[in-house]
Amino acid sequence: MHPEWPKLQNRSVFALVKAGALKIFFRSVKGHERKKSRNLVLRRIEDTTAVASRQGRTILLPRAKPETPNLVHSAIGHVECDVEQPAECGDHPMSLYDVIVVGGGNAALCAALAARKIVSRVLLLESAPIHMRGGNTRHTRNIRCVRSGNSDSDQAYCEEEFLEDLIGVTGGPANLELAKFTIRESRKLPRWMVEHGISWQPALAGTINLGRTNRWFLGGGKALVNTYYATASNMGVEVRYDAPVEDILIDEQGFRAVAVRSGDHREYVYGHTVVMAAGGFEANIDWLKQYWGDAADNFCVRGTPYNNGKVLSILLNKDAQPIGDPKGFHAIAIDARSPKFDGGIVTRLDAIPFGVVVNRSGRRFYDEGEDIWPKRYAIWGGLIAEQPGQIAYCIVDAKMIECFLPPIYKPYKADSIEDLAKCLDLNRVAFVRTIEEYNRASSRNSIDSNFQREFLDGMTTQNLSPPKSNWALPIDHPPFFAFPLKTGVTFTYMGVAVNENAAVLDRSSRPFKNVYAAGEIMAGNILTKGYLAGFGLTIGSVFGNLAGREAAINANARANS
Amino acid sequence: MLTQELIVEAGRQLTICNACRYCEGYCPVFPAIELRREFGKGDVVFLSHLCHDCRACYHACMYSPPHEFSINLPKIMAEVRVESYEDWSWPALLGRSFTDARVSTSLTVFAVVAVFILSITVLGPVRFFSRHVGSGAFYQVIPFAAMLIPALSLSFYSVAIWISGGFRFWLEAEHRKVASVHALDFAKALTDSLSLKWLKGGGPGCYYPKAMPSLSRRIYHSFVSYGFLLDLLSTTLAAIYQDILHRIPPYPVTSAPVIFGTLGGIGIVIGVGGLISLKLKSDGEPAAPRMRSLDYAFLVILGLTSLSGLVLLVVRDTLAMATALAIHLGLVAALFLTIPYGKFIHALYRFVALVLLRAQAARSPVKT
Repeated sequence: MHPEWPKLQNRSVFALVKAGALKIFFRSVKGHERKKSRNLVLRRIEDTTAVASRQGRTILLPRAKPETPNLVHSAIGHVECDVEQPAECGDHPMSLYDVIVVGGGNAALCAALAARKIVSRVLLLESAPIHMRGGNTRHTRNIRCVRSGNSDSDQAYCEEEFLEDLIGVTGGPANLELAKFTIRESRKLPRWMVEHGISWQPALAGTINLGRTNRWFLGGGKALVNTYYATASNMGVEVRYDAPVEDILIDEQGFRAVAVRSGDHREYVYGHTVVMAAGGFEANIDWLKQYWGDAADNFCVRGTPYNNGKVLSILLNKDAQPIGDPKGFHAIAIDARSPKFDGGIVTRLDAIPFGVVVNRSGRRFYDEGEDIWPKRYAIWGGLIAEQPGQIAYCIVDAKMIECFLPPIYKPYKADSIEDLAKCLDLNRVAFVRTIEEYNRASSRNSIDSNFQREFLDGMTTQNLSPPKSNWALPIDHPPFFAFPLKTGVTFTYMGVAVNENAAVLDRSSRPFKNVYAAGEIMAGNILTKGYLAGFGLTIGSVFGNLAGREAAINANARANS
Repeated sequence: MLTQELIVEAGRQLTICNACRYCEGYCPVFPAIELRREFGKGDVVFLSHLCHDCRACYHACMYSPPHEFSINLPKIMAEVRVESYEDWSWPALLGRSFTDARVSTSLTVFAVVAVFILSITVLGPVRFFSRHVGSGAFYQVIPFAAMLIPALSLSFYSVAIWISGGFRFWLEAEHRKVASVHALDFAKALTDSLSLKWLKGGGPGCYYPKAMPSLSRRIYHSFVSYGFLLDLLSTTLAAIYQDILHRIPPYPVTSAPVIFGTLGGIGIVIGVGGLISLKLKSDGEPAAPRMRSLDYAFLVILGLTSLSGLVLLVVRDTLAMATALAIHLGLVAALFLTIPYGKFIHALYRFVALVLLRAQAARSPVKT
């Protein structure tokens, strides 16, 4: 039924027809006006040069600083230094939007929601199509937050402990003040999330160790993203999908517009301020190759293929200050048969502590039992990246095959170590010798004595290099299984430096006037190496909120000046 | 028919779910998945009947199509369910045919026309189209024996096939012996069934008909199931009135059988209308087409049966009573005929799955 029918029921037929006609008339007028205003400020420029020359002038943007390109390889692509400025920009600094948010994951959504509370015209530009929206947030499942409670309560997770945990994995954040700020603000997040539609669920089975420090949102990251998009749309945030940002216009007054790809043409969208929340560059294999060489061809990317670092490279080319180790990435061991992109959580393999890992030459290369798995899983991506062919094999026997989460790909299986070598196409002699040496070195250990899955059980090898420090049981129960392993990159650390207002800093550490950053693109300010489960979302949520708020306040100020 | 390919495909998807576990908070299917490492036929059918099709997992899944993992659990679970309905009914040929809307429609039309013509022929058109009022009015149109014998035999036939299907499901699912079943599990499962405990996703409701959680399906489903139970109660009361109290129908409007019957009928009509309108609006992607046609067939026959019953109540003192009665009884016959082959059977299978779930939740040997 037409929504207006009930209201019209008691009127005469004439009144009804009149109302309908008026409505159609008003709608067409409104539509026309909307179109007109859009055309004014949002002119679609199919050919920038053509428009500029029609106006009889050409304005060049400042060239990128000569030192920038060493950071941004040309292969990253399309870094246009000489983009001609569209005509409106100079004389008519008229903006359709108060805040433009570039990106579509958690940080971007938090920024858009926070900004929309203060200003009315907020646009979110997601480069992915709707079914892939949300960046790497799609693959998240929990968030780490300070939890109140009296200090002797078992459930409390205080700021000091949080910071100790962070320093423990990173060896100290790049910017201690920002780290402390993030941790302090994290206390407010659970409530804010519930206010914006999020529901919780108990800690997932097998992750009880995180039940105190982390909170699980119902259904995981894609559900969270869906909820935030629904909330954003209810609040009146405008969202565009398939809208990759290709460039930004910056002049003496600061940020002016973003250049957005829209189908086969480019469109300039103007805003008072901009929040960059478009993730890292882990899905840009060419960029990774700068640091890893051709080895990067053999990496898989665990998250969205849309985190191509385009926005990061634009910022770096506009003189933003880089922060974080460019080569640094979070990478884990995943099954070598995983998809190139977007395999997410299910491709990981938790078998390593319960077996041995050999490379293509059939040799072990690292202590598989160095520490409990949650503390060591993230080093294996890097370890495998340094092996020939970037491939390794985890070997377990029948008694251990059910000790870890069931993997999605079936392991190779053979009744003898020799047959397994044949199956895997490994050097038989070297492989058999590796297993024999390992079995000799672990022969004193047995599953009946002290073996404990969840704790360091001290069952170490004798006189073996590299050793296996815990859970070292002989591989002697056929059938034998092998899982092929590859490097799965989760995220990259390098980003842009920001200040305490989430404003992006330039190379002289001066903040840009109206450019803000949130999420993975600036996480390097806090996270320099290693990872704390659920901390990426904490940074994204805290800085998303901060950047959105600051950008909105600034937008109001700029609109009034 | 449950093919090997279908079981293997369901197993592939469930294996990926088992490595992910993000949906653990939505419904008991996921904790049940986590008790297993392999997914054979018994596991797949058990999980499929445990799935209430709330679709929360589909919308939360980062691996749903077009991702290459192509996870669509609500769809594959519905496909397994609809094929297992077929496998466990008897004869299998009939089970297969009722997923075809044309078969259900023709059977219904046939049943109505048959009852109609039969009563007209036996009664003669003059008496058929005259007024019948007072005690025994219905039996003047269709004699008691002519109602009772087909109704009873159809009921026995349907219930027998229904229960044997449930038993086959039990054997299939229990084959894996994940946990032993105690008597208390039945009582708990009964409350789970009657409260439609799991027809609400993770709490905020099913993601049905669209991608937002909504309780509308749970509400309409309650109208249908409780309406049906009220009608069952009404029929039972009517039997007591007639055979024990020796009062012959039609009963007055204020009598218990009529009140319960009317409330039940109205409930079913509202519920069926709501469920059909939701289904028409619903997303086709997480659904199995064959299950949809089975759903529509059942809803339409059930809705028409209730509606015709209500019409009969309204017109029972007029010349149209005999016509309304014949149509109503024809529809009832069609409903009973389709019961062992149509969507109605899901109630029993769902109940069996909930019993097994209660047993597994309480006494699973596997700790995760």
